[in-house]
Amino acid sequence: MALQDKYKQLVDTATASGVANLQVREQDGVLYIDGEAPSGSVKDQLWDIYGKIDPNFLTGDVVMNVNVATAVAGAKAKVTTEKSNLNIRKGPGTDQPIVGKAAHNEIVTLVSKANDQWWLIRTDAGEEGYAYAQYLTVQ
Amino acid sequence: MKKTLYRLLQTSMFVAMASIWLFSCKPKISDQDIETKIQSNSALSHLAVTVKDGVVTLSGEAKDEADRTNSEAAVKSIEGVKEVINNTTIAPPPAPAPVEIAADDPLTKGIADALKDFPTVKATANDGVITVTGETTAANWKKIKMALDGLKPKKVDATALKIN
Repeated sequence: MALQDKYKQLVDTATASGVANLQVREQDGVLYIDGEAPSGSVKDQLWDIYGKIDPNFLTGDVVMNVNVATAVAGAKAKVTTEKSNLNIRKGPGTDQPIVGKAAHNEIVTLVSKANDQWWLIRTDAGEEGYAYAQYLTVQ
Repeated sequence: MKKTLYRLLQTSMFVAMASIWLFSCKPKISDQDIETKIQSNSALSHLAVTVKDGVVTLSGEAKDEADRTNSEAAVKSIEGVKEVINNTTIAPPPAPAPVEIAADDPLTKGIADALKDFPTVKATANDGVITVTGETTAANWKKIKMALDGLKPKKVDATALKIN
């Protein structure tokens, strides 16, 4: 239970901010935090708190897998790359051929999810394929 | 004198008979009836019941505190029940499911995707543990760590990573 004490603020914030299906499990010296945040800003807030308790996430005693609940089929997402275009691929993986690009800051439609990492998206120009979810921010 | 006594006896007999008739008019609910009623309520089927002289004893494991009080109230509302002795206990919460750890093959593929834009960082998966090496900025490392945690690793070990 020691880890739950160390990361109490993180778990308490997750509970208070309405993270759904929240699961906090300690196993073999690692605290696993899973759930669905009601918004992207709640997810960001949780990562900020985690980074304050464990600067630069270097202790390796937490695996936090919190997704954003609004990321559902039909949702609009903004391409939040640093500045480059986002590759749209034929399948879910960087080993898959690129079939299109979405511009930085472009708004695309989430068609479905292959998994938490790869989402099938469609651009307004009609290009459809898989993009890396980390560069998509649901509106 | 004898006649008066006889009349008195007759009257009291009549009163006694009448009261017996009055009481027997009200249906008597047996313990067996109460037990049958409780057993026919599917919301109470997980509890054990004994009935004696209208006193119901409940035992067994209730799902939670609400179930415990609701069961008691349901039994109390049954006609003929004089008292409920609630000896139920509350079931302990189910043990959480063990953490699901991804196999090394999907982890390795996920790592390749996550690190594609960060060529100065390398990572490998071994028995679910992702070991990260190389160097990067704190901001980039945060993005990488967020991506790696989403792959369901056992652990992300970045002690060998240099953060600039």
